[in-house]
Amino acid sequence: MATKVTIEEVQRVAGLAHLQLTPDETGSMVLDLNAILDYVAQLNELDTSSVVPLAQVSELDGAGGASLLRGDVLRPSLNRGQVMSQAPETDQAFFKVPKVIER
Amino acid sequence: MAPLPSETVNGSSYSQKTKTLSEVRESILSGHVKAADVAGKYYKRIEQINDRLNIYLSLTKERALEQAAKVDAAAAKGDSLGPLAGIPVAVKDVLVMRGAPSTAGSKILTGYQPPYDATAVAKLEAAGAVLLGKLNCDEFAMGSSNENSAYGPVRNPVDPDRVPGGSSGGSAAAVAAGLAVATLGTDTGGSIRQPASFCGVVGVLPTYGRVSRYGLIAFASSLDRVGPFAANVRDAATVLSVIAGQDASDATSSSAPVMDYAAESDKGAEGLRIGVPEEYFGEGLDPEVREQIEKGIESLEKAGCSVKSISLPHTRYAIPTYYLVATAEASANLARFDGVRYGYRSPLSATLSEMYSHSRDEGFGAEVKRRIMLGTYALSAGYYDAYYLKAQKVRRLLAEEFLRAFADVDAIVTPTAPTPAFKLGEKTGDPLAMYLADIYTVTASLAGICGVTVPCGATKAGLPVGMQVLASHMEEGTAFRVARAVEAAHV
Repeated sequence: MATKVTIEEVQRVAGLAHLQLTPDETGSMVLDLNAILDYVAQLNELDTSSVVPLAQVSELDGAGGASLLRGDVLRPSLNRGQVMSQAPETDQAFFKVPKVIER
Repeated sequence: MAPLPSETVNGSSYSQKTKTLSEVRESILSGHVKAADVAGKYYKRIEQINDRLNIYLSLTKERALEQAAKVDAAAAKGDSLGPLAGIPVAVKDVLVMRGAPSTAGSKILTGYQPPYDATAVAKLEAAGAVLLGKLNCDEFAMGSSNENSAYGPVRNPVDPDRVPGGSSGGSAAAVAAGLAVATLGTDTGGSIRQPASFCGVVGVLPTYGRVSRYGLIAFASSLDRVGPFAANVRDAATVLSVIAGQDASDATSSSAPVMDYAAESDKGAEGLRIGVPEEYFGEGLDPEVREQIEKGIESLEKAGCSVKSISLPHTRYAIPTYYLVATAEASANLARFDGVRYGYRSPLSATLSEMYSHSRDEGFGAEVKRRIMLGTYALSAGYYDAYYLKAQKVRRLLAEEFLRAFADVDAIVTPTAPTPAFKLGEKTGDPLAMYLADIYTVTASLAGICGVTVPCGATKAGLPVGMQVLASHMEEGTAFRVARAVEAAHV
């Protein structure tokens, strides 16, 4: 931890997250991420080598956690027309997007 | 509806003592008042003061009046009425409501009208509640002051120069300003408890899994909870009993039986063992907040509780743990906003890849981008073990520390927030300072335990102080009993 995040790294991560940051946004992101990562580095004070990670509290004993999945049976789904009506561009059956492959 | 109150804090206050849920319900049940008239009065007050406070983002009048008419018809016939019959309620705009705009406080969901109801919303309506509209909040519930809403900040009804807290700022402010009898909010790291504290109302963090998350626009799925706000503890408990329970549409919802939490809250706090963790009273705690909480603790001793000091030494690791876990989950959850299926699509895109990135950059606000970036970084190759996995391990230490504490005490009481409501603009320049507003609330979020925040007096300037009452998993009844005792003491 406590690695310094560079502009190049911010640009790489923005690409992974599909964010098109402006040069201004990139600059302030470098500062903010470094400040936050410096702060979270205090977790290194703890020896967690023998601790099992906890992703979800339902895994804890006595947490009232749910474990049952519902039966695999057909049930009504959302109305297709209503769902499609919310999309920016459709042909009613499919979502339309800009060209994927240039040729 | 009473006229605007004349007493003021720093010039103007819109806070108003609302009628209790049972008062409104009884008056409708007895035929003295029509549910339609009650809804009409609330809409009138919303028209009068919403421009000033920016609490409601949209109203759902048609649906509300239809529901009120149904309740009135049932009352006239003498049919049995649901526990929330005719009660005017409203929900945070991260919960979807069929056919009503659902923005999550973001421009990226402009125009979205979901085709279904969140489970908690459907349950409110099935119990007779009249849904007035959708409430302002921080964008995707990310914030501690409501200043991250794309639709402008909510102002605190107690003092409009101050923030209402966040992210469920609109939900807390609506109850404080008398614009709903009860509301729903969501809490991922403190987003119900902290605004309830800032606005002087009751807010409930149910146990993780107690209330279905179906229809909640997700921020961090292992932390997100839906819970009620009300002007008093008993009303909040009544609403929790309505919205709680297992749901086939949320695999993490618990099958634990739902209790009559209002009846539980009537049992009194005598004999309960209360723990006071020293780590919540250290540096950074406002002295006036400390003084009020100490008075609240004294009132619990007078009510017959035994109080003892305890230690939760991992507390200081909670904020860094929370911001890694929550942002990692957020970066995955918010990947769905890509301009394809709903909401905003940038017109400036020649290719699919450009469409994704332009839509997201134009649609998301600064704090949302910051959290997506932090989360993506913490999950990316080479950093996963050092950040995300490390945080998950510390999360277990924090959760187990609470479970050990609850072997000795029934409830833990703390300040809900280190300070009373701060001024608009005071912390917007410094993301880390804003994150620290959640320093006393994120621990329970990570551990999955439940809690209630209850008003515990005010500072000399008249700003509300909230006490947080935490109890173990599925022990909401215990938290309500303690909160009722604090409420009854009028600290």
